[in-house]
Amino acid sequence: MSTYPVTRLPLATAPLRARLRRNRLRVLLFLAPGLVGFAVFLVYPLVMTVWLSFTNSNMISPARFVGLRNYRYLLDGDPLIWHAIRNTGWLVVIMVPAQVLFALGVAMVTARLKAGASLFRTLFYLPALAPPVAATVAFVCMFNPNSGPMNRILGLLGIHGPLWFNSPDWSKPALTLLALWGSGTMMVIFLAALLEVPAELYEAAELDGAGSWQRFRYVTLPTISPVVLFATVTGVIAGLQYFTQAMVASQVANGNIQPAPGYPDGSTLTFPQQLYIAGFNQFHAGYACALAVVLFVVAMAFTVVLLRRASGFDIEEAPR
Amino acid sequence: MSESRGRPVTRTARRVARCTARRTLATSLIAATALLTASCSTGGASSKADTGAGDTTPVTITFWHGFSSPHEITSVNSVLARFHKKYPYITVKAVAAQTDDKVNQAIRGGTAPDVAASFNAANVGGWCSSGAFQDLTPDIKADDVDMAQIPKAVQSYTAFGGKRCTMPWLADTFGLYYNKKLFAQAGITAPPRTMSELVEDTKKLTTFNADGSIRTAGFMPYLGAYGMLTEHLVPSWGGKWLTADGQSNVGGDPAFAQALTWQKKLVDWFGAKKLVTFKAGMGDEFSAQNAFETGKLAMMVDGEWRNAFIKNDKSSVDYGTAAMPAADGKPELHGAGYVGGNVIGMPRGAEHPGAAWKLIKYLTTDTDAVTTLADAIGNVPTTIAALNSPTLMLSKDAHFAPFLEVFKNPLTTTTPASPDGGAYLTNFGHFVEKWQSGGVTDLKAGLVAVDKQNNAALQLGQ
Repeated sequence: MSTYPVTRLPLATAPLRARLRRNRLRVLLFLAPGLVGFAVFLVYPLVMTVWLSFTNSNMISPARFVGLRNYRYLLDGDPLIWHAIRNTGWLVVIMVPAQVLFALGVAMVTARLKAGASLFRTLFYLPALAPPVAATVAFVCMFNPNSGPMNRILGLLGIHGPLWFNSPDWSKPALTLLALWGSGTMMVIFLAALLEVPAELYEAAELDGAGSWQRFRYVTLPTISPVVLFATVTGVIAGLQYFTQAMVASQVANGNIQPAPGYPDGSTLTFPQQLYIAGFNQFHAGYACALAVVLFVVAMAFTVVLLRRASGFDIEEAPR
Repeated sequence: MSESRGRPVTRTARRVARCTARRTLATSLIAATALLTASCSTGGASSKADTGAGDTTPVTITFWHGFSSPHEITSVNSVLARFHKKYPYITVKAVAAQTDDKVNQAIRGGTAPDVAASFNAANVGGWCSSGAFQDLTPDIKADDVDMAQIPKAVQSYTAFGGKRCTMPWLADTFGLYYNKKLFAQAGITAPPRTMSELVEDTKKLTTFNADGSIRTAGFMPYLGAYGMLTEHLVPSWGGKWLTADGQSNVGGDPAFAQALTWQKKLVDWFGAKKLVTFKAGMGDEFSAQNAFETGKLAMMVDGEWRNAFIKNDKSSVDYGTAAMPAADGKPELHGAGYVGGNVIGMPRGAEHPGAAWKLIKYLTTDTDAVTTLADAIGNVPTTIAALNSPTLMLSKDAHFAPFLEVFKNPLTTTTPASPDGGAYLTNFGHFVEKWQSGGVTDLKAGLVAVDKQNNAALQLGQ
């Protein structure tokens, strides 16, 4: 660093300075469309959300500054927010890792298949093609404890099936099964990464006497770790924003025409749902913004921690 | 720029040219912005048709409503055709199956329809207090609309905080539907009049499969199943959701604890798990698989509109209707019940307020329009003239008549509007789920806690 002639820049001649400025302007000009989009569609809404979180806004009549009242209500007032936080936490801690492991497992099996590989890959990918609402409706109907085929099949095997989406104990595991069923996109990404692992590394490992677990631990995993990281980070963010499937599943399981967020017994109420209800049903947009700010901070924190944790886990520094 | 062509291009000339270009660009940008601003700000101004008062300039207005069943959409469209006949210069573009959330979003986004209807009077408080819907009082005064033609209870749920931001567009009244064939088989001759009789009849009418699961339920006491909601049940005990000053009252009013205790006792008789399994297989509420329409449910609480659905679904159920039974010891409440209403109003930002008001006035006060739609959809009309009209066919229908009686009963109540869109009902709904699944040990303390939560939520918007 010390040998780099940094001090020469300020002493550059006038024409050079002009050229540098022009270059900078040119770069800015090319970046402008992106920067404008970034400012208009990200920075401005973000700043406004933070501002509104300190007001009693209902997004219709003029808002009034209320200080930290919305945040205080979040911590000690909203009767449902801890339900929502617990449920979302459960989904992030249980559902997301389960989804990553399942998708990785399926990808590894289909990557090794000699015959019918494309058929199995297609079969596992197919559910991901269904729109989330349609997929959820179909899934809940299949798991209907009274009329669905799943409990009948379990019955034939001598197992007394649970109430699935109608039971507060089983609703989140049922949502996890739905997530596994629809994890085709993640599976395809893993599959692409697995097929990219150099075969000679496996051969070398085998010559060194590595078993299948060691090959996975010391060859496969370090090579595909960026993809695992990508899947985990995007999975965690999606888990924190989990909304559609929980909303549809609760309504279908409840059997009424009205949405029934949280059914049964608040067990499927997620943080974004509570945000939606506050902002769009109950005219509490200021409070909804406070929830959005908290969600943003938590998602950011998760992402930073995951990325920092994973930064030391690349192919060069993989444990040997 | 072209002038500089052929001349020696000096730095100054280039700078001047660049400046000129910049100025041209700036000028054109300013001009474009000014044009855009002008066109935006003149939108909906006097140059456009509004058709208020005597204006007959042709205009098309948008109207969002929540009806979604084919027979309902057809009925609404036929009444709109009558309106068009009366006002040929106003064309109404009706959009079916719209929800309150969509209406709220459209108002916030500045793309609101001219007229919007809702099934949910609970939102009236939020709409009136936030200004999302316009106060119709000036129009009512200007046109000398006689508000005395609308029953007092109905007037109360369509206005809030001194603002009349909606008008009643038919109402929903809740009562008891019972299966006559199953009644005869169980040896029951008349619908129950008290809650004890309802329990007795339920036990007689319920049958179980060999594995212990429910085959036919006499009554579904699980709250949240179809029309079995707390708001439809507590009127039988005379419960009042809010105090006169708008504070939550569920802990203070013993009716709530009494109703929930009665309900839980019946849930426990069935077994909560059995009920949930049965509920899961009841079939969609608004489909021909509805458990009452298929004979799997012998009695249920539901709105008057079910009559039309039973007919349209071509269900073969042989049924009767009655007022909800009253709580034991409160015989005066028999014949009263719960009324909820469809409301209609003009969102803020409506492009053609003159024509929009004409449509609202027609749909809510024209006796012919009200009776025609009430008959076609099977809803309760909301003007006294329509209720007493000899052309109202519903009053001659034995299945429908009990609902008209409940509607007219002075002890019939509704869920009062609150500025947060009835958040008290959402909070109570979650509490009740916990209660009926056995997760609440101290009912009284739980209800007092719900009061605290509801009041805290009300504070949030102030």
